[in-house]
Amino acid sequence: MDRNGASVRLALGAAVALPGAFLGLFFAYPLGSILARGLTGDGSVELRPGVLWFSVWQAGASTALTLVLGLPLAWVVARFDFPGRALVRALVVVPFVLPTVVVATAFLTLLPEGQQRGILPILAAHVFFNVAIVVRIVGGYWARIHPRLWEAAATLGAGPASRLRTVTLPVLAPALAAAAALVFLFSFTSFGVVLILGGPTRSTLETEIYYQAARMFDLRAAAVLSLVQLGCVGAIVGVAGRLDRCVAGARMVAPESDVLVRAQGRQRVVVAGILGAAAVGLGAPLAALVERSLSAPGGYGLTFYRALGEETPALLVVPWRAALNSLAFAAVATGIALVVGGIVAAAVARSRATWLDQFAMLPLGASAVMLGYGFVIAFDDPPLDLRSSPLLVPVAQALVAVPFVVRILTSALRSIDERLRDAAAVLGASRARVIREIDLPLVLRSFGLAAGFALAISLGDFGATVFVARSDWPTVPVAIFRFLGRPGAENAGEAAALSVVLMTMTMAAMLAADRLGGGRRGL
Amino acid sequence: MKRLLALAVVVAAGCGGSGDKKATEVVLVTHDSFAISKRVERAFERESGLRLRILQSGDAGEALNRALLTAGNPEGDVFFGVDNNLLSRALDGKLFAPYKPKALDRLDDQFLLDDRHRVTPVDHGEVCLNFDRGWFASHRIAPPRTLLDLTRPRFRKLLVVENPATSTPGVAFMLATVAQFGEQGWRRYWERLRKNDVLVTDGWEEAYTVRFSGAAGSKGRRPVVVSYASSPAAEVFFAGRKLAEAPTGVVDSSCFRQVELAGVLRGAPNEEGARKLVDFMLSPRFQAEVPLSMFVFPVRRGVPLPEVFRKHAIVVQKPLELPPNAIGANRDRWIREWTATVLR
Repeated sequence: MDRNGASVRLALGAAVALPGAFLGLFFAYPLGSILARGLTGDGSVELRPGVLWFSVWQAGASTALTLVLGLPLAWVVARFDFPGRALVRALVVVPFVLPTVVVATAFLTLLPEGQQRGILPILAAHVFFNVAIVVRIVGGYWARIHPRLWEAAATLGAGPASRLRTVTLPVLAPALAAAAALVFLFSFTSFGVVLILGGPTRSTLETEIYYQAARMFDLRAAAVLSLVQLGCVGAIVGVAGRLDRCVAGARMVAPESDVLVRAQGRQRVVVAGILGAAAVGLGAPLAALVERSLSAPGGYGLTFYRALGEETPALLVVPWRAALNSLAFAAVATGIALVVGGIVAAAVARSRATWLDQFAMLPLGASAVMLGYGFVIAFDDPPLDLRSSPLLVPVAQALVAVPFVVRILTSALRSIDERLRDAAAVLGASRARVIREIDLPLVLRSFGLAAGFALAISLGDFGATVFVARSDWPTVPVAIFRFLGRPGAENAGEAAALSVVLMTMTMAAMLAADRLGGGRRGL
Repeated sequence: MKRLLALAVVVAAGCGGSGDKKATEVVLVTHDSFAISKRVERAFERESGLRLRILQSGDAGEALNRALLTAGNPEGDVFFGVDNNLLSRALDGKLFAPYKPKALDRLDDQFLLDDRHRVTPVDHGEVCLNFDRGWFASHRIAPPRTLLDLTRPRFRKLLVVENPATSTPGVAFMLATVAQFGEQGWRRYWERLRKNDVLVTDGWEEAYTVRFSGAAGSKGRRPVVVSYASSPAAEVFFAGRKLAEAPTGVVDSSCFRQVELAGVLRGAPNEEGARKLVDFMLSPRFQAEVPLSMFVFPVRRGVPLPEVFRKHAIVVQKPLELPPNAIGANRDRWIREWTATVLR
């Protein structure tokens, strides 16, 4: 090993200490505290096996449906140039980052009486939320595959179906695995959707933990269930990581401008059909929200938006302040997530020690209420009396955003052709220079995507935020939840108006991230 | 952008100077439904010389459990929002330090629930069945008058209730049925409600704003819901236009009392300030404010009610009742039995 390589390794090793410390202090320590307290305290341990089974199969079904329904849209966005393409890419993320309370309530108002509860609404909501993951992760990956691959296959006589089977799917496999793992995780640990659309008779591990901890105050049962859930999530993450590494193959990276084509002939009908179906499926619940935000008493108008500037009994601050809070918190959270996630991704992509990657994924699998309780009992003494500090909000949001940053950046780093690095090394470039001049530029586009996702997730996060947010510093999702909890048309209207504000902020974040990334295309 | 950056810096710095604020501020730990106007908040700050900070942590059940988690080393000085029906959980968890405010003699004895003065009553409200006047008028059906009415075929698929395991009005309504039908009969009553297709939601929000047809802006289709005696007044108050009559009514015989209590938290950093705050919550100024800020009734005698309350809120003369120690001893068992009867 040359000296350059050794020093890079050393630097990476030192850098890894940072995310390790962050996750240790703000995840492992609080969660460990609450688990220890639960396991050593009183309480029942009455486990219903149905809960675990329901968690698994609904997550599996949600994942399969999301992949099947999301791939056509990913294909359209990845391969075709059409007016409004950037807008579609940004719009598709909006459902993903909307607070679950808002979406579940929108579904309740849309679905006919008698159909609102049960497994179908849960699956529909999970698809609605997670289609973005498939479109963005798979689509983003798809868009960088050089069209010559298909051209070569076509020249060799492969028809469309066989090209899909023998070329497209294998090449896409890492992205598919990454997306599927995330969708499964999200559906497996889904909280608000199952709580509201599942009704009182259906529970997943996540909702059962919440029920035992926050309702019955049975911390022992909650701790046992949390361990079961963490175990499951650990296993899922492990399998996903393995899949990810197994299917690494050669890829042809192409500039977007070479890939995008205008749809011709029959393709135009197919593309238009897919876009139309997506618009209806993803647009209807959002349109219902917009409609509600504008239906002021006595006709359509901006009454509820104007009310956001006035004091309300629902909140301790004027509602529009929540938007400023959200932006500030999300900016800090994105910064933390990019630094922590970026270092993890760099370390993971270059070594076989992937424990850090899997460790960083675990916060997705930890129950938000238990982590919130953990913060409360772990940080209750000076110098770490952070219980009521607003700092915990961006920290909690970053914990949720880091796994996305890691996934996105790792798969981008892994996809860099090793021959490029070798060529640079042969030409005498040092390891540091290879990182700077090969890896970094190629990764920058994904960096924009990761930043956009982190920002959007932080803006829309409800579960992790609600247990640590201070009521004099509410975020938009928390404010929406407060409005939804009060009676009357005014509160419902302001909740809808804030939801629309949140959608707009999210879209702006995603559009900006795309533009940022897009500026580097072709590198 | 600059403003944003400044905010971000404030946020990042926020974890710093939390050291010596304790003597100058008092922290109220409470649930999300707590609300007072800025005017009253400032009045307290002026009179006491203390800054009031409000820490809300979920609905009433969640806020109580979070407070129990930190009993002895609390996140604030006063806890407000435990109700008579969950009181035993708070007392068993040794949440409060005793304090007897001077103004207690201004209150009706019926609201005094703890001889050792670990809790002080602040407001009361009645959990009652509400019905949608418009729906019953247009369907030419008489609205329900008793709890038993709801088991009759013509009320099939009309009722929505909250799950007592997850909602405090849900607990109150379950207790109302225990009070009405007794330990022997209440489960049979729920079996009959279940046969009559009662709909159960987890919380009041969904039951009232989404499922109930009578709430403003709701597309719900159930015209009977478990809510509060003051909900009709809230409908009028929030209607955004003048209404002569409330769009919803209350079934008087279905009501169960909810008294909300406050207490000085054991181990409060500012116990002196905590007592001042509890005193303030019983003051005429605060008491006069609770109807329109939280849609509940004051506990202090002689506090004038706002017009919308006098006209549209129902003052329940004889709510259903259970002895507090019976509630404390049996509540969790009743909730489990309710779950087995209605949901499983």
